[in-house]
Amino acid sequence: MADPVFWHRLQFAFTIVFHYLFPVLTMGLALLIVIMKAIGLARDDLRWDAAARFWIRIFGITFAVGVVTGVPMEFQFGTNWAAFSRYAGSVIGNTLAMEGLFAFFLESSFLSLLIFGEKRLGRRGHFAVAIALFAGSWLSGYFIIATNAFMQRPVGFAVGPGGSLYVADFAAFLLNPWALAQYAHNMISAVVTASFVVASVGAYYALQRVHADQAQIFLRIGTIAGLVSSLLVAFPTGDTQAKLVARYQPVALAAMEGRFTSGGMAELNIIGQPNVQAQRLDNPIRIPGALSFLAYGTFHSNVRGLNEFPEQNWPNNIELLYYAFHLMAGLGTIMIAIMALASLLLWRDRLMHSRKMLWVLMLTFPFPYIAVITGWMTAELGRQPWLIYGLLRTADGASPQVHSGTVLFTLIGFGGIYFVLGVLYLFLVGREIVHGPVMTTIGEPSHG
Amino acid sequence: MVEVWYGIIALMLTLYVVMDGFDLGAGALHLLVAHTNDERRQVLSAIGPYWDANEVWLIAAGGALFVAFPAVLASGLSGFYFALFLVLWCLILRGVAIEFRGHVQNDLWREFWDRGFSAGSILLGIFFGVALGNLLRGVPLESSGWFALTLFTDFSARPPIGILDWYTILVAVFALIALMGHGAAFLAWKTAGAVHERSTRLTWRLYLLIGALWPVLTVVTSIMQPAMWHAFLSRPLAWLLGAGSLAGFSGVFVFTRRGRHLSAFLGSTAFLGGLMLATAVCLFPVMLRSVDNAALSLTAYNASTDARGLQIALYWWAIGFPLAVLYFVVIFRLHRGKATAAGEGEGY
Repeated sequence: MADPVFWHRLQFAFTIVFHYLFPVLTMGLALLIVIMKAIGLARDDLRWDAAARFWIRIFGITFAVGVVTGVPMEFQFGTNWAAFSRYAGSVIGNTLAMEGLFAFFLESSFLSLLIFGEKRLGRRGHFAVAIALFAGSWLSGYFIIATNAFMQRPVGFAVGPGGSLYVADFAAFLLNPWALAQYAHNMISAVVTASFVVASVGAYYALQRVHADQAQIFLRIGTIAGLVSSLLVAFPTGDTQAKLVARYQPVALAAMEGRFTSGGMAELNIIGQPNVQAQRLDNPIRIPGALSFLAYGTFHSNVRGLNEFPEQNWPNNIELLYYAFHLMAGLGTIMIAIMALASLLLWRDRLMHSRKMLWVLMLTFPFPYIAVITGWMTAELGRQPWLIYGLLRTADGASPQVHSGTVLFTLIGFGGIYFVLGVLYLFLVGREIVHGPVMTTIGEPSHG
Repeated sequence: MVEVWYGIIALMLTLYVVMDGFDLGAGALHLLVAHTNDERRQVLSAIGPYWDANEVWLIAAGGALFVAFPAVLASGLSGFYFALFLVLWCLILRGVAIEFRGHVQNDLWREFWDRGFSAGSILLGIFFGVALGNLLRGVPLESSGWFALTLFTDFSARPPIGILDWYTILVAVFALIALMGHGAAFLAWKTAGAVHERSTRLTWRLYLLIGALWPVLTVVTSIMQPAMWHAFLSRPLAWLLGAGSLAGFSGVFVFTRRGRHLSAFLGSTAFLGGLMLATAVCLFPVMLRSVDNAALSLTAYNASTDARGLQIALYWWAIGFPLAVLYFVVIFRLHRGKATAAGEGEGY
């Protein structure tokens, strides 16, 4: 049986990846729903209200799964990472508790009004509730990012009684520059995800030649928001994030790029398999100087390779880290191309009739999900072997008295439960999509 | 400062018990008080707008414990590892049941989720009771500050102990009945028709049962933990809270008889809340009791973080807590009046 830390890591990784598939959509959709409702109000156009109502139903199902899979995340800090919690709980507890007080109460109080309250609240009241949900879900995102940012680059803390950490400078901790950059990158990637999903459903309706009005709205908002956000997710936010990694986690950057030796004019690897034993990249295709430029702004900057760092500080899964980063960056580039092409067709008023493009839009909605998950894998695998960068190693953070057999039991349990949950989710969302948006006069109920 | 944070956490956990308690109780009674689809939707409409926000009290209280007493959170959550995952899975089942049930108009689908909602709620009531029982009885803390408990040993409440023994099961039975009484009082207030009639009758009966079990549990706990009984006798605040609890308990009967169901529900809230807070006062400063060596117990004093850390966290808490209370006032006002089942395909 492998070492318990392996199972703790696998369980956390599995449960957080599964969980995040849902909030990534709801955070992005929350913004798009606000935009749809705002346009509906401004133009007094009921088609936009119907579009918002349709996506609110999807939002509701997704949000529910996000809530129930999110609660275990909060608990697993204590159950599986007790040594880490005792050491740094007084720091990260701040952001986790603030997420509860400032974000979760806001979201959970107004969720049922968003889903069921359109009739009771009227158009303006319902718009206000949509804004409350948007604010709540984006605040929630910040507190989680700030928690992660502390683990990536610990700031604002001091060492207290018994050697454990506490927050000494609250502003420095909460406004960690790492958190600000990561937040921008992360939230925009949520908008990319929602845009692709909205465009995908629009493309499906257009291909099926049903719900023509809604198909047009979904495609328009999906491609415009999709183009803007997929550009922003790369530049400036992704770029800023990469420069922070280059500055504070140079060993992670070397591993992400499969860079084994140092040097200037560092090349960016587009393709190639890292061979860690032989310390080289097999059959690489590379752009000379590009990595130096992206990391430090000039082509001649030296980018340090893994050879400059002690092996005990190397990320412990270099291959997976390399692929995660390259999948994210590659898909990010492809997504910009897709949305640019779709926007061009939209601008020329040909998108609704270009079946090829519609097929592409309908089928590529998994891309942002894969990019988001591999992006997070890059952040978390790049942080290894540290749990808190430079302060606490992952191997020292797990619960000392919880053994492998116990963790494997709960991991298997989660596997079963989340499989069923995933099937139910797809079933319910599939039904909503087949059922389609429903036009009503103002204030009428949504679903017949 | 340490005392303030002990109080904050006791207050937030108590709010969790009285708030999520009513929807857990309603869930445990779901199949009993509501027979037809319309009646069941009435129950779900009554708790639907609140259950998720109620559950946030648990998350927020956990977060506060994390900030102020990280050693208690770390030791407690990892020590009860197994039991906690059973709680988490029940929370998943229950939350999904409430939110998914109304999406498909099919009898089998509804029956499945009705049963899941009810089973999840009953099990959670029991688990939370077991957790309270474990805190009262104590855990086998080692000098490292860690402990590990298996689910059960010989059920004797003597070392080697497990999570389940006759004492913690007794507390769990009491907790489940108390939460069911609380849920019945809530439903009697928020529903009309047959569900209201059944809930009113059940409030009365469940509170009679509570009246029978409460003294038994008090006596048993005092025998097992004489220190708690002495703490109770010497702390006037505990008398006050105990008296509030007793007044709430009597209020349930008085107001239910007079048909004033909101007041009866508030009485039930005072009963549960007073009992929880009085228990916290009697336990202070112990947070995680050691069964065999009192010196190893984790207390508010030896498990708290640095005073400056506590001070800083108080700033955001003082802003966030009133905001949370405000949201509750808003949703209770927006959903005032009796809950009814909405048209087919709408609402819960």
